[in-house]
Amino acid sequence: MRPLSRRATLALGASTAAIAIVGWGTGAHANAKDAADEIAKFTGGKTAEAGKISIELPEIAENGNTVPLSVSVDAPMTAADHVTEVLVLAEGNPRPGVATFHFSAMSGKAEASTRIRLATTQNIIAVAKTSTGKFYTAQKLVKVTIGGCGG
Amino acid sequence: MADSPKIRVPKTAKKGEVVEIKTLMPHVMESGQRKDKDGKPIPRKIINKFTAEFNGKPVFSANLEPAVAANPYLQFFAKVEESGTFKFAWTDDDGTVITAEQKIDVA
Repeated sequence: MRPLSRRATLALGASTAAIAIVGWGTGAHANAKDAADEIAKFTGGKTAEAGKISIELPEIAENGNTVPLSVSVDAPMTAADHVTEVLVLAEGNPRPGVATFHFSAMSGKAEASTRIRLATTQNIIAVAKTSTGKFYTAQKLVKVTIGGCGG
Repeated sequence: MADSPKIRVPKTAKKGEVVEIKTLMPHVMESGQRKDKDGKPIPRKIINKFTAEFNGKPVFSANLEPAVAANPYLQFFAKVEESGTFKFAWTDDDGTVITAEQKIDVA
């Protein structure tokens, strides 16, 4: 067998590196499509209108291990018309799911807060479902300085 | 799992008032994404569900994913029309359920 030329060796190395990068990009992190699939599952294929939801997050999260998140939906919260569920997704995490909050008329307010992990700078998406069968959505970009994915 | 949850519920409220409730459960929330120093994946172990009831009726609940930070903190609201007891429950991946209660006087 002919020994590999220097040029061939370099080309081989470069292509291996490229495969490794692509592999990381698609395999290790969720993407917009995964998040869209989760939303479609949640809404049963219905279109969610933009608005009514506000997402509170720091503009820049220095530590992705614990990022304060607050979601609130503008809704009357009566027995006849209230928010039943809010799905929260992180587009750039290994998996998009973050949490699903379930409310009732006894909640008084459709608002919940928690602390989340974020692997990288990404969009946070919230989708709300009401007892009248309507869906609302909102999203917010958060910049993450140090990812909280562990490693 | 010797640690017990921390809960903040007002002691008293007016009838029909919307009160703020804060809970914090000490827990690692191991995501299942991390590897130990030998490169073996550390198995997932998280609190996957939280529920809050008032006098036996559901007020708020949450399904949690590994993207929720360690020591899961949840803040939410409840509209109280009568005196009674809040019951909280956290469900671990291993099936353990940790519960806590807190009374409120409504005048």
